[in-house]
Amino acid sequence: MRTRNVEILVGIFLVAGMLAVLALAVNVSGYSGANSDTYKVYAHFDNIGGLTNKAEVTLAGVQIGTVTDISIDSQLLVAKVEMEIFSEVNYLSIDSSVQILTSGLLGGKYIGLSVGAEEEVLVDGSLIEDSQSALVLEELIGKFLFDKVSD
Amino acid sequence: MKNIESLLDGFAAIGRVSLDKLAGLGRATMVIAYALLVLPQPSTNISLTIKQLFNVGVKSLLIIVVSGLFIGMVLGLQGYTILVDFGSEEAVGQMVALSLVRELAPVVTALLFAGRAGSALTAEIGLMKATEQLASLEMIGVDPLRRIVAPRLWAGFISMPILSMIFAIVGVYGGALVSIEWLGVYSGSFWSVMQQSVDFYDDVLNGMIKAFVFGIAITWVAVYQGLESIPTSEGISQSTTRTVVYSSLMILALDFVLTALMFGDI
Amino acid sequence: MDNTESVITIKHLKFNRGERVIFKDINISIPKGKITAIMGPSGSGKTTLLKMIGGQLTPDSGEVLVSALSVHGRSRSALFAMRKKMGMLFQSGALFSDMSVFENVAFPLQVNTDLSALLIRDVVLMKLQAVGLRGASDLMPSELSGGMARRVALARAIALDPEIVMYDEPFAGQDPIGMGVLVTLIKKLNQALGHTSVIISHDIQETLSIADYICIIAGGEVVATGTAEQIRQSKSADVIQFINGYPDGPVAFDYPADNFMAQLKGITL
Repeated sequence: MRTRNVEILVGIFLVAGMLAVLALAVNVSGYSGANSDTYKVYAHFDNIGGLTNKAEVTLAGVQIGTVTDISIDSQLLVAKVEMEIFSEVNYLSIDSSVQILTSGLLGGKYIGLSVGAEEEVLVDGSLIEDSQSALVLEELIGKFLFDKVSD
Repeated sequence: MKNIESLLDGFAAIGRVSLDKLAGLGRATMVIAYALLVLPQPSTNISLTIKQLFNVGVKSLLIIVVSGLFIGMVLGLQGYTILVDFGSEEAVGQMVALSLVRELAPVVTALLFAGRAGSALTAEIGLMKATEQLASLEMIGVDPLRRIVAPRLWAGFISMPILSMIFAIVGVYGGALVSIEWLGVYSGSFWSVMQQSVDFYDDVLNGMIKAFVFGIAITWVAVYQGLESIPTSEGISQSTTRTVVYSSLMILALDFVLTALMFGDI
Repeated sequence: MDNTESVITIKHLKFNRGERVIFKDINISIPKGKITAIMGPSGSGKTTLLKMIGGQLTPDSGEVLVSALSVHGRSRSALFAMRKKMGMLFQSGALFSDMSVFENVAFPLQVNTDLSALLIRDVVLMKLQAVGLRGASDLMPSELSGGMARRVALARAIALDPEIVMYDEPFAGQDPIGMGVLVTLIKKLNQALGHTSVIISHDIQETLSIADYICIIAGGEVVATGTAEQIRQSKSADVIQFINGYPDGPVAFDYPADNFMAQLKGITL
């Protein structure tokens, strides 16, 4: 009986370890093995200014998806961002616009989506035409100085 | 003449000490090689390892969970007070999770493990030596390296990563408790900022590898110190102290090396 | 040790521990089926000698033969195989503290034989009955008195019916009753089981009363061998001091030191 209790407790210990790894994977690192119920949309940006993979895509501040891939479109020479949108969010009009935003002063970048007026909705593989790049502080300062000088 | 004589004495002392240390390192390598690789493992070793998993792992669980909870909560508090000045209090989740997963969970767990389980291993094996139980096993025809040492080594290797992962997850929830429930950070951004910045392979798995390496270092030191202890009460207490000191130093040195290799872009 | 076959032969054994000479030149042969006692003052290396017979220590030079085979220079597995024919009673008993009395005695059988659990149980109960502790089989070692622990250890040492049983200080720290019990047990078991017994001891009366042969070592050498009677009548100064317990003699009362008067006066020579 003594050894049995030991075995049970050790079993619980090992399972707890596995659950801890699982919780770290899913809850902490947002790791999802299979991308089950999402659909992909794309957008082009002139400058993504520090946007990273797994950044949030939000609608009115609520998360509706994540950024899954960032690459260069070799023909247009702009950034191409792939986003996975939760499949229950199936009401985004085709003329929606996306914008790269910053949470707080130091916080990470995220994508804010605003819905347009068209009847037609975004589906898997759609491209969002209307995009607004990230605000890059250096450019902003540069523009401000240039305006001052030209005055 | 006298100066040369004392100079030679100095060299002799350095030589003697280094040879001693080198011989010790050789013996320690023999211990681990014999216990785990050379000698065939009897089938009873599984049940012995389970028993040691209980002694080494399950019995360390309480201190790990409590420490993990408090460290996570403190990280949440400290992180919030700094980040709120920059208006970036959502990033507290990222800070808590990254510092726990990459650094604090493996290192603090290892230090606690050295104190809780490492010292107990040394004392136990030292006492077995002092009471001639090891010699007695040899005379019965059972190799103590196989029967006593191997299960303890395995148990240590397995327990450390598990304890470290439990420490990390408890810490993250401790941090979440303080940040979300007490300090009012928006829970959605707490988790999503965290998930954006923590990568499963780069951060979680590397943390686990760290914990595993620390586990090897601690159990090895503990077992070796037990086997080499002078079989008196004073000798055992010295060996136990040495286990904690040596393994703590090894943990910190190894942590630097591993961090440089994993996150240092070398 | 005339005509009897010798089962353990020690030839020209030399051993140093660091700077200290433990054995200069030891030659002993231990006859089969008898009780041989190896005696000597503390620090004369008696336990070291036992460990060499068991192959736990290696001499600097010389040989130890058990059943005409050399103990040292064997492979690890051959050494472990040889040890199965030996039983050893350690000074502290050396019972495994995490096992009950029954499990302790059963352990050598479990690891060295293929006997069924039922058969092992019977053998263990027989051995425990032989030392009079069958009733204590469920106790843990920490619950036993010193004398009982040593009797359990004795049962464990004879569990495999070894050819040689070695006793390391079996009488040390025992009360008179415990001593009497052990003396009788060693004698009886030797007669009943027919194994060769080797006793390391410095308890003169008890040892002389049961040993067939006695061998006294002092200063790294064998100073006397013979039967109890021969030892009692020995003229050797070492032996006379040892068996009578005189405070001064070849083993000096004073630890070697400088001249006392000179030291008191603060003069270093």
